[in-house]
Amino acid sequence: MKVAIIGMGSVGRGLIEMIATKDLGMIVTGIADSKSGIINEHGIDLQKALVRKKETGLCGDPKIKAMEVVTNAKYDVLVEVSPTNAETGEPAISYMKTAMQRKKHVVTSNKGPIALAYKKLISLAKKNGVELRHEATVAGAIPVFHTIEHGLAGNEIYAIYGILNGTCNYILTRMADEGLTYEQALLEAREMGYAEADPTYDVQGIDAAIKLVILANTVWGNGVTLDDVDRTGINLLTPDAIRLAEEEDCTIRLIAEADRRTDLLRVSPRIIRKNHPLVVNGTLNAITIVTDMARDITLIGRGAGSVETASAIIGDLLFIATCYDRRS
Amino acid sequence: MKLEMKDSPGQLVAALKPISDVGGNIIAVIHQREPDSTDDTLSVQIVLELPEKKIDSLIELLHKADVHIQRIGHERLLYRRTVILIGHLMHTDLSDTVDRIDTTGFAEVSELAMSMPAINERSSSRLTIKSVTRDDMDRAMGILHKVANEKDLLLIEPLEEMA
Repeated sequence: MKVAIIGMGSVGRGLIEMIATKDLGMIVTGIADSKSGIINEHGIDLQKALVRKKETGLCGDPKIKAMEVVTNAKYDVLVEVSPTNAETGEPAISYMKTAMQRKKHVVTSNKGPIALAYKKLISLAKKNGVELRHEATVAGAIPVFHTIEHGLAGNEIYAIYGILNGTCNYILTRMADEGLTYEQALLEAREMGYAEADPTYDVQGIDAAIKLVILANTVWGNGVTLDDVDRTGINLLTPDAIRLAEEEDCTIRLIAEADRRTDLLRVSPRIIRKNHPLVVNGTLNAITIVTDMARDITLIGRGAGSVETASAIIGDLLFIATCYDRRS
Repeated sequence: MKLEMKDSPGQLVAALKPISDVGGNIIAVIHQREPDSTDDTLSVQIVLELPEKKIDSLIELLHKADVHIQRIGHERLLYRRTVILIGHLMHTDLSDTVDRIDTTGFAEVSELAMSMPAINERSSSRLTIKSVTRDDMDRAMGILHKVANEKDLLLIEPLEEMA
């Protein structure tokens, strides 16, 4: 299977490393980052590309733009792993549309396009008879969409709720364990590389809300947007509040919840029993899926990380390889 | 309530009938034969929900049915939910916040724990609210939401089971 990869940040590099070292039956024929691109229909030397990226900051030729790779490279699947643009979803949306118009499958970890334009993109995929898969957009390595689509096939999905932001979960875990203030815990999360310089997206629950929108749209096709989510962040929490919860054998976690029966879409800090399956520590993610037949299923795993996210992308790629002709 | 009655056919039904007569709802009936009981009486524990002010008529009816009431444990409010409020709780009149729930007649704040780190810093409090029914609890939460909004307080609710 021939693959072109757009984006060479931590996710892109993790993916390229795994394709280079594991025998997955994939040939990478195109790579682009924000400033350069490389096309080779016989297969790019991945180790060389990784070294070049590390040494020069560019993966290929600065004259080759990402859109050229999307338009001209020979591939079966476009992997779109450029950074999320939550406002417009561009330029990723254009890359995806172009690839699908060329009747190429698309696999992405990019939340922007899926949260903003899922309906349009999925109908374009259907029209062209290709797959659009985005396992890596929600909860990193956790195969939540595979579980719902295949493992829980035939079940009615009533509700989905859980912990979808590792940064917030890390901050809350540290506030509870060490009695840190929110500011101290945030500083620590930054030092550990778990929080961005501008943590707004994470701590105000926007990232979790975007993932909730993606879940709801994918599972129920209800066309909800970020504005439909009732959202409260963790930035106003006090260590005292967590201690007051602990006196009752509870703690506080940022919970994202979507319930189809009540049209509920909400991200908010909640009091939760310490022994509840969703109470995971550090940067872990956890999701409970509530269904009619299987009842509750809870998945726990790593919500971020380079190789962890690559795991979700590779899962999508190999699913496509199994379902469609490998040799094409 | 714990009841004592004659251990003969039909007695239990006779004891339960007055409960439905006054509009009560039986939640559980625990029937345990005392191993060292030699007489012909039967002890039964009943957990029930009663409309307000009906307990006296129930007692009267049970007496008439020749059922002896051994004990009445009285818990008016069945639903309990604990929430946390963060913000300038004192400056925004905490007693008013509590009153807004207490004056409803269907819910009340039964416990309040509080921590105030320093003047002008936001304080945190844990409130336990009790109500008669689940609907009343939801109504009380609605009021609390409104109050929290008005007073710019952060309200943290418990995660309810969604299944």
